[in-house]
Amino acid sequence: MSFFKCYKSVNLVANHFFFTMDTKESTLQKSSLMNILWDIQKKRRYISHDDMTKISKVFNISRMELEGVISFYHFYHRKHAGKYTIYLNNSIVSKHKDFDRVKKSFETEIGVKTGHVTKDELFGLFETSCIGLSDQETSALINFKAFTNLTPEKVKILILKLRQGESLESLSDFPENNIQYTPEENKTVFFKPYKQGDALKKIIGIEPDGVIDLVKASKLSGRGGAFFPTGLKWEFCRDNKADQKYIICNADEGEPGTFKDRVLMNILPGLLIEGMAIAGYAVGATEGTIYLRAEYFYLKDKLEKTIKEFLKKGLLGENILGIEGFNFNLNIYMGAGAYVCGEETALIASMEGKRGEPTTKEYFPVEKGYLGKPTVVNNVETLCAVPRILEMGVDKYLAIGTKATPGTKLMSVSGDCNKPGIYEIEWGMKLKDFLDLIEAKDPHFILYNGFSGECLSSHDFDREISGENLLAEHIQFQINDPIEYARKMSAVGLRSGGAFMVFDKTRDLLPILQNITDFFVAESCGICVPCRTGNFLLNRKLHKIKLCNADKNDLDEIKEWSNIIKQSSRCGLGKTSTNCLLTAMLKFPEEFNKCLLAESDINKAFNLEKAVDDYDKIIHEIETTYE
Amino acid sequence: MNNLVNIKIDGHNYQVEAGKNLVDAAKENGIYIPTLCHFHNQEHALGTCRICTVVVNGKTTTSCTTKVNEGIEVEINTPELIDTRKAIIEMLFAEGNHFCPSCEKSGNCDLQNLAYDMNITVTRFPHVYSKKVVDFNSDRMIMESNRCILCKRCVEDIKTDEGKDVFSFVKRGINTRVQIDYEEEAKLSQSEAMHAMDLCPVGAILVKGMIYNEPFGDRKYDLVGKDKEAKPKERFVKKDANNKFIVATTSLAGCFGCHMSLLDIDTDIVDVLEIVEFNKSPLTDIKKFSKRCDVGLIEGGCANSENVEVLKEFRKKCDILIAFGECAIMGGIPAMRNFVPLKECLEEAYINGLTSEIGANVIPNHEDIPKLLNKVYPCNEIVKIDYYIPGCPPDANHIWKVVKNILLNEDYSITHEEFKYD
Repeated sequence: MSFFKCYKSVNLVANHFFFTMDTKESTLQKSSLMNILWDIQKKRRYISHDDMTKISKVFNISRMELEGVISFYHFYHRKHAGKYTIYLNNSIVSKHKDFDRVKKSFETEIGVKTGHVTKDELFGLFETSCIGLSDQETSALINFKAFTNLTPEKVKILILKLRQGESLESLSDFPENNIQYTPEENKTVFFKPYKQGDALKKIIGIEPDGVIDLVKASKLSGRGGAFFPTGLKWEFCRDNKADQKYIICNADEGEPGTFKDRVLMNILPGLLIEGMAIAGYAVGATEGTIYLRAEYFYLKDKLEKTIKEFLKKGLLGENILGIEGFNFNLNIYMGAGAYVCGEETALIASMEGKRGEPTTKEYFPVEKGYLGKPTVVNNVETLCAVPRILEMGVDKYLAIGTKATPGTKLMSVSGDCNKPGIYEIEWGMKLKDFLDLIEAKDPHFILYNGFSGECLSSHDFDREISGENLLAEHIQFQINDPIEYARKMSAVGLRSGGAFMVFDKTRDLLPILQNITDFFVAESCGICVPCRTGNFLLNRKLHKIKLCNADKNDLDEIKEWSNIIKQSSRCGLGKTSTNCLLTAMLKFPEEFNKCLLAESDINKAFNLEKAVDDYDKIIHEIETTYE
Repeated sequence: MNNLVNIKIDGHNYQVEAGKNLVDAAKENGIYIPTLCHFHNQEHALGTCRICTVVVNGKTTTSCTTKVNEGIEVEINTPELIDTRKAIIEMLFAEGNHFCPSCEKSGNCDLQNLAYDMNITVTRFPHVYSKKVVDFNSDRMIMESNRCILCKRCVEDIKTDEGKDVFSFVKRGINTRVQIDYEEEAKLSQSEAMHAMDLCPVGAILVKGMIYNEPFGDRKYDLVGKDKEAKPKERFVKKDANNKFIVATTSLAGCFGCHMSLLDIDTDIVDVLEIVEFNKSPLTDIKKFSKRCDVGLIEGGCANSENVEVLKEFRKKCDILIAFGECAIMGGIPAMRNFVPLKECLEEAYINGLTSEIGANVIPNHEDIPKLLNKVYPCNEIVKIDYYIPGCPPDANHIWKVVKNILLNEDYSITHEEFKYD
């Protein structure tokens, strides 16, 4: 059974499940597990005990294994999540906009606190990590429809209308694309006119190896932020002989502050599909999957429609463009709310119907990936770049950008600037020019590359956005002096994964850093202790500093602990989780020293009055209850 | 062994079998890399505990997931890496609720043994004290999540004949825990169940009725530890020794067991008294400090407002503070109340308890009675503590050795047998 057919049959099974609640003894492939969970979650609004019994039987797994999968993902519920399930984005840009008031408004209007469901099971209100709408905060998802630029007043009307029975579709705001800038016409790579199939036709007459050579020559590297050379990855996959190979598009754009892939998929879904087909052709894979984060459910229809168009036009399917043996089919797999699934091995585990835990990299996906077969996992932007490179020709592409990083880069801009949105810029632009372009107001610090990126200050404004003269990471984190840092790093390029959050002088750094540790505590998969508990402990330390109870030793401990987390975490999530904190401490020491206490043998954070407060209250209560 | 490769470990050259896992390759050459999640006959390394963290060709990684190949250069025992490993163990102690004195697996516990090996007397991290699930529901097994380090051994290795999982990770992040599938667990044979308990490196998986097999002294690591010695510590600057050293002691929220242990040195107390004079202490019944002290010995953690006052007073009046015994170091048995709301504790003790007078409904409170704190705090979360002597109680010789050596500025070495948490 082909993967595509399998997917269809899964939907049938899910319906079968739902309407007849019949037990089926045959064993299903686990790779269809999450689709079934989604169907049940969407229809019933939670996954019941009976559902679990049936699912575990059909998939021949233990109940607890299933429980483990369900409880791993944020968007699956074991209790009723409300007919309208509201997920309010609690990441920092949202908080800086109107989060607190919007949250309060939701709570007042529906009558329950966040994390709860109304008694009539009409509304459920939950917080969630960044939903990829940072340029139009405060935003929320209701039943995975987007609601942007929320205000307390808007919320009031919205809830009223929903109570009156208006349809969610008519009320939701389809997210704006907000493309603010593209380079001059002959230097634009992504956002220019597009015609289905143009790029794909370019491969006629080129052998798969030739395609890989072209991609290698273009120096294209992983645009999700890891920058692994794409051509090389494809070559590895091509060289691993197997009866089946897979192309996976990583559309789990979970890095807070990033939303470029949303816009790409919204405007140019065809470009992505062509990119995947070309990748399939190059490595010899006939199946492709777009792993789409659940937060982008509203893009699914469009992607599916485009896939159908492609099938109709013979741009997908069997013998594409008449090329003998060029077969490629595509489907969409929905994530369910786990940042860590952006890590490629966790993503594959998720597609296999498991908990989204990263592997130990005993094998890379190009060796043993999805279902144990060689698999290429590429970011949306990477896959979209490929057809454009074929269209315009490598030479023309190489003429744009810098030597190490030719072409253009998509930047997702949010925070304190006049023009948040998407920027397609030529690699090599100076950071200060970019800040002018986005009309940043009095920029003070920048979260560059999201929460796992780094913190930039005015010391970095003269650096350029590119992959030139990069320094090894461990050298970068060895520098302890801001002046030395500025000197050493001035010529080092700022390689960008795409997230750009800018903050002005009125913003306090500590709450931002706490928001980051909160995020990693919520999103850690929990498999290794440094990441699982380390970030939790760091969050407490930051809290101590914020309350002005800390001394110099606490700062030393933060540095020491951050480095331990960095050194010993199991995957990239933990290894990068303290980057922002470490760079912020280096560049903004004054923010940490603001209210440090003199070193003391007595811990000032311990407050005796607070510690006995509970006791006083209980004694009072008990005396009145038992009188 | 025809396919040998040359590798370098901490500057020395070795020849090992190609493709072998670094933990095993190092072991064959007499180099020990500590591990918790790694176990024998394992097909795939789990890489979950992170304790075997080493540097391979300049990059930190774990040894259990590294396969040796020609020319790799490995650093294992650099001061930084030793400290990182220690920190990971300490973080496990801070994250879980590890009460060694009341743990069935004590003495047979891999985590505890590694902590002995690394000379851990206290964790550098504040205790999280989160409430965890203790699951007695299975007919045969107990899952004690307080002790679980989430190594994933049981999840990976214990399956039914049909290949179904018996143990599974549920939830994620800081809430991740291992849950038993009761139905599948019932299908295991008794020996498979015992295997699960033995496989668990800590005391998280217990088979009911099969727990205390070996008496104290014969447990796995009691025996292993017999010939081990702890490394000497750095020197401490002492004062000139014409006068006797002044020592003060106190028992906060403890059971006085540590003070009892103090007296267990029998006639050696005569030697002690030659160099030491006691000031404020239950031993002398001196209630108030009459002079500044060289050393203060603290038993017990802080459970009420008076404990806090006394501890702060000790900090002010003593040059060196030593926390001795589990309770002073991590709260100990009294800290088990940290997972129950204070109100419930008080009601259970004074109103609903079996021994409380029916209808009295009184919780003792008066301005002269100290107030209970919201939880029990380890001493080092309130004041700075200079040294720690673990044990429940610590061995008498151990306590005096530490005190004497600190005072006399001598290197001290504690035998593994004396160095105990339980």
